[in-house]
Amino acid sequence: MDLRICHLYPDLLNLYGDRGNLTVLVTRARWRGIVVAVDAVGIGDPLPVGRHDLYLIGGGEDRQQRLAAADLTTRKADALREAAGRGAVVLAICGGYQLLGHSYRPAAGEELVGVGLLDVVTVHPGPQARRLIGNVVVRCPLLGGAALVGFENHGGRTYLGPGAAPLGRVVVGSGNNGEDGTEGAVSGHVYGTYLHGPLLPRNPAFADHLLAAALRVRHGDVSLAPLTDDLEAAAHAAGVARATGTRP
Amino acid sequence: MGWDGIRLAAAVTAGRLAASLSRRLRLGGGTTMPGRVARALHPQVVSRLAAGLRRGCVVVTGTNGKTTTARLIGHILARAGIPAAHNRAGANLAAGIVAALVERSGWTGRPRVDAGIFEVDEATVPLVWAPLRPRVAVLCNLFRDQLDRYGEIDLVSSRWRTALAQDPGEAVVVYNADDPLVADVGRTLPRQVPFGIADASCGAGTLEHAADARYCYRCGQPYQYAAVYFGHMGQYRCPRCGVRRPEPVVAARDVDLEGLRGTAFTLSTPAGERRVRTVLPGLYNVHNVLAAAAACLQLGVPLEQIAAAVEEFRPAFGRAERVRVNGREAVLLLAKNPAGFNEVLRTVLHPQSVSGGQPVLLVAINDLTADGRDVSWLWDTDVEMLAGRVGRVVVSGLRAYDMAVRLKYAGLPAGSLRVQPDLAAAWEEAVAAADGPVYALLTYTALLNLREILRRRGLVRGFWED
Repeated sequence: MDLRICHLYPDLLNLYGDRGNLTVLVTRARWRGIVVAVDAVGIGDPLPVGRHDLYLIGGGEDRQQRLAAADLTTRKADALREAAGRGAVVLAICGGYQLLGHSYRPAAGEELVGVGLLDVVTVHPGPQARRLIGNVVVRCPLLGGAALVGFENHGGRTYLGPGAAPLGRVVVGSGNNGEDGTEGAVSGHVYGTYLHGPLLPRNPAFADHLLAAALRVRHGDVSLAPLTDDLEAAAHAAGVARATGTRP
Repeated sequence: MGWDGIRLAAAVTAGRLAASLSRRLRLGGGTTMPGRVARALHPQVVSRLAAGLRRGCVVVTGTNGKTTTARLIGHILARAGIPAAHNRAGANLAAGIVAALVERSGWTGRPRVDAGIFEVDEATVPLVWAPLRPRVAVLCNLFRDQLDRYGEIDLVSSRWRTALAQDPGEAVVVYNADDPLVADVGRTLPRQVPFGIADASCGAGTLEHAADARYCYRCGQPYQYAAVYFGHMGQYRCPRCGVRRPEPVVAARDVDLEGLRGTAFTLSTPAGERRVRTVLPGLYNVHNVLAAAAACLQLGVPLEQIAAAVEEFRPAFGRAERVRVNGREAVLLLAKNPAGFNEVLRTVLHPQSVSGGQPVLLVAINDLTADGRDVSWLWDTDVEMLAGRVGRVVVSGLRAYDMAVRLKYAGLPAGSLRVQPDLAAAWEEAVAAADGPVYALLTYTALLNLREILRRRGLVRGFWED
């Protein structure tokens, strides 16, 4: 069995340890004997239609995000729409999440047009507005209500349209906009979230959910062999305890 | 003495009292409280005291190397017979600067020293620029660090740009030419001295993951590198707009890295060349020595005195500080962001650092405000280089499990990994597991915690006595 991963803009959108998510997906697949190929696809590179089972997009500063946005919408949007249509997994974090929506209005400068794979819009309320920073815990319906734990740091506020479901409900933290208690967005197997960097290292159940969905594209339903996740579980518990102010 | 003079005298006296009280009551080092007290009594206390410094002051800022560079400058000036006020305990926010000035002033507000050396937090630069009116500003480097506190790196550099451009005064800006982001701030200023490494042989061919300034600040094109030193430091140029690394005026040639034993290089300056050897390890410390040398040349210290002072300099607490315990040596290393962490790892693993057996590591990661509350940066470090090259790794701190997961996915075998969130117990385990030296890699508050543990055992002194 094999898995083909596409890492978009690895040297541009990599602000908060984004490669941790890639490392975890690759390693957990390989521990199960799955052959993994990773293609790094940057600015100017063609994105082949139909090749990949799983796409990863990380976050970046405004300047980097602007560079990526122009390339994403002109060169890669069609392949990404095709991918979403055939059920491939797309995981976008922070800046990448904003670019998957309809639009992102940054603190300064012109509005960026997104790919529109997620029915969300993002607005930055301006350089004086408070950034939404801190530990986050959300309840995630995809995982039967289990917790996702992470850290957020974003200026933009994201609002969900009727075509997107939230990835989770905020227990601690701000989430999409600090107002409506939602965090992230899901549409089919396209996922966007502000839980950045080591989201998957601390949430191995979510990592396996993504792996199973990505393998399903070409290999049908597969059952993933269980792994020894004691350290990951401890990191998850410690993260929740740190965020909620309780002792692990 | 007018009313303002009385207020100033009151501020200085109260500040000095607060310092001595906080020390006597063992409230800690008393490094910021005196400043708060003094400023409450006289809001302009900084500009008034700084204006009395005959040789002016040096401001040192940047992500990595502030403390070591500032201490080098202090040491060189002391040896040259120039006494200076210095916020040497690392209290680098505005209150720490006032405290250092107050402590070295007479009660009427006349400084009893000739110069000031101020390590300044990169985000604090705009706040202290006008009151201090520095004679020399040293810009070390910019890396991703504590993004939860500083926001984006571009934001920090644009704040520097604004502060330095508004009223450069007489300031000479000494800046790191090897860092494209820093060089873009420095190159346009009226009085500037770029420093850098002029030895492509100590560079790698490709950028590491911790590189933060890969794309030209002006036109967005990726930089091309003739040599990469570490992070995004190197000999770069933009193929589109032609911006390139400024030619360093103060440079290091023929660099010999000797692992934790130190570094030797030829210090090349407008005042001549001199071979120097320092116990400070790693390429990042070559930048620190260059920065300090360039700053002191500006203050009129002869090259010969600078070189001699560099050779006898011993590092600040926790910057490769050595501790002897049960006949073994432990080295304390601050590792607080990806680029710094990678450089520390490379230095620890250098063939000349390792003497018999595989090294034992103690890694302690905290996520308090002073460390940065976000530990995502652990995934930007290249800990993969440890796999197969270390013995036991004991992981500790408030984020011990996050670090352990990082090491697990870097390929460290489960048998070599130990998690012990309690730092004192982790220290014991690491020392017990070691045949040779123990290397302790610590975030800022973890370093303070470990030093406190060691101080209680009489192994090190308090950081404020250092």
